[in-house]
Amino acid sequence: MNRSLRPLAATAVIFALAYAASIFQFPGMFSTRVLGNFLTDNAFLGITAVGMTFVIISGGIDLSVGAIIGFTGVLIAVLIGWAGIHPLAAFVIALVVAGAFGAAMGAAIHYLEVPPFIVTLAGMFLARGAASVITQDSIPVTHEFYSKVTSTYWLMPGGGRLSMIGALMIIVFIVGALVAHRTRFGSNVYALGGNATSAALMGVPVARTTILIYTLSATLSGLAGIVFSLYTSAGYPLAAVGVELDAIGAVVIGGTLLTGGYGFVAGTFIGVMLQGLVQTYIIFDGTLSSWWTKIVIGGLLFVFIVLQRLVFSASSSRSKVFWKLKHE
Amino acid sequence: MKLKKLSPLVNPQSIALVVVLLVNWALFPGFFNVTWQDGRLFGSLIDVLNRGVPVAILAIGMSAVIATKGVDLSVGAVMAISGAVAATLVTDGYPASVAVIAALAIGVLCGVWNGVLVAFLEIQPIIATLVLMVAGRGIAQLITAGSIVTFADPLLISIGTGSFAGLPMPVVIAIVLLFISVFVVRSSAVGLFIESVGVNRAAASLAGIRSGLLLVAVYGFSGFCAAISGLIVAGDIKGADANNAGLWLELDAILAVVIGGTSLLGGRFSIAMSVLGAIIIQAMNTGILVSGFPPEFNLVVKAGVIILIFTMQSPLATRLIEMRKTQRAVARKAS
Repeated sequence: MNRSLRPLAATAVIFALAYAASIFQFPGMFSTRVLGNFLTDNAFLGITAVGMTFVIISGGIDLSVGAIIGFTGVLIAVLIGWAGIHPLAAFVIALVVAGAFGAAMGAAIHYLEVPPFIVTLAGMFLARGAASVITQDSIPVTHEFYSKVTSTYWLMPGGGRLSMIGALMIIVFIVGALVAHRTRFGSNVYALGGNATSAALMGVPVARTTILIYTLSATLSGLAGIVFSLYTSAGYPLAAVGVELDAIGAVVIGGTLLTGGYGFVAGTFIGVMLQGLVQTYIIFDGTLSSWWTKIVIGGLLFVFIVLQRLVFSASSSRSKVFWKLKHE
Repeated sequence: MKLKKLSPLVNPQSIALVVVLLVNWALFPGFFNVTWQDGRLFGSLIDVLNRGVPVAILAIGMSAVIATKGVDLSVGAVMAISGAVAATLVTDGYPASVAVIAALAIGVLCGVWNGVLVAFLEIQPIIATLVLMVAGRGIAQLITAGSIVTFADPLLISIGTGSFAGLPMPVVIAIVLLFISVFVVRSSAVGLFIESVGVNRAAASLAGIRSGLLLVAVYGFSGFCAAISGLIVAGDIKGADANNAGLWLELDAILAVVIGGTSLLGGRFSIAMSVLGAIIIQAMNTGILVSGFPPEFNLVVKAGVIILIFTMQSPLATRLIEMRKTQRAVARKAS
């Protein structure tokens, strides 16, 4: 087997084992109904995580995604509820605003040479603050378009429901994987994450790629905000607090290296599903408290990081030399 | 350069602090009023110091971590854990001194865990500490069994709300910690070791610095600082809130360090400047509160300040200033 696919395979195997163990304990979990809920409940997280995958492969990080979800949710609710705009038009406006916001962050990262961590932290404060300045309450969205979308679903064999937003997440993942592995932009992202200087010398348009990466991440967060707005039928400035951590966690569990240059969009999908599995398991169990979710996800993160570490130190000769040097 | 040496007090950070304080004064005329009441000082200025202490203490530990080219995302969660440990022990009937020591020990332990992940498993700091950031709050909730544990122990409460020589207790603790850490770092070679590991760990190891041990110690110190902050916050509200104690304070602490001029890329660092950064952040927060703006403005103002500071510090701005300087010099020569 191709050595570079090992972490992805490890993640997939662990997910399969965990799912099999859950089914063994709760046979009810083996149904398309649960699967359908998986997809619907994690749709916004999955869509955000796709953008985060690109950012992390490029060697960056985006802390602003949760705040952008909150901001787009509020913006959409205000546009529909107060300005009386049709939801679809509101969605387009929200995506454009989010995209422009991401482009500005990307430009700041490239031209001001400020670390992505700090720029997107400022972006997080700005988006969360702007949303809170618009409103501090939850604004309900009541529009026939919303009820139509939320009541539309495809019936899967076994009675499971594939909702519009669940299907949207799958589409985003497929398109994301194609963009990452089959386009020039995708190759540029990998090159940038591998080594920015080498990439620039090879002729990768660093400025354009950086700006595009953060634009993509922010636009996908905007899309996740739309999904979240459809999911909750409301806009709330404090919605999706901490989603950036869940997204980063999903990406890391999915086998993407935070040093950049290596990772898979498909792995992120498994990472999101694994987090969903943990939550569903805890709901099925009923006796475990919700804070176990955090502990288990933290533990999973740890296991995967150590696993990656072992796989990579076994394959890279450079780190072996360093290892030797240190232990002499 | 020479000018800088002559006047270490004139730097962008202290100018920024003075500007923020003056703006606060303009918005709220009584801002500089400090009164003596019941044997202690009261006033907005004292409030800025007192409220800024948790982040300032975190920033002390965070400076050292960032100087090693790392970052510690777990400090907020460690605050929650240490508060939870102290509160649970006290309510279980242990004496407060035992509770305080246990809480500090747990903090160090959390830091050492991070340090081992970073130093010996060679995991990037941002992920290594992310593990505890995610799991830590869950652990804290496990300790408090999901509820807010309140206590009435006078010693624990005095850590958060007491006073010493007219100053609030947290401020005194922060000042003592600041002086000890600056003394240790600057009067011994420890500071130099930390900086050399941050600049190039492999080179530092080859030069004979035991970088692994040093990293574990630095992360342990950060955990220790977080535990102190956690005790202060718990003492302040007379209870341990596993969900909200120290929530997002790691970001404020990193921000304080970065505002203080320490580069996220490791190397040169200044603990005192990081504390100044924390006070600047708190001065803005307090200013927004006392001047009657809704607290939501806080985040927007904070973002604005970050953008301003980084635009000014960025290499692009430096190049522009250099260009203007040379242009002026050329113009002077020509005339």
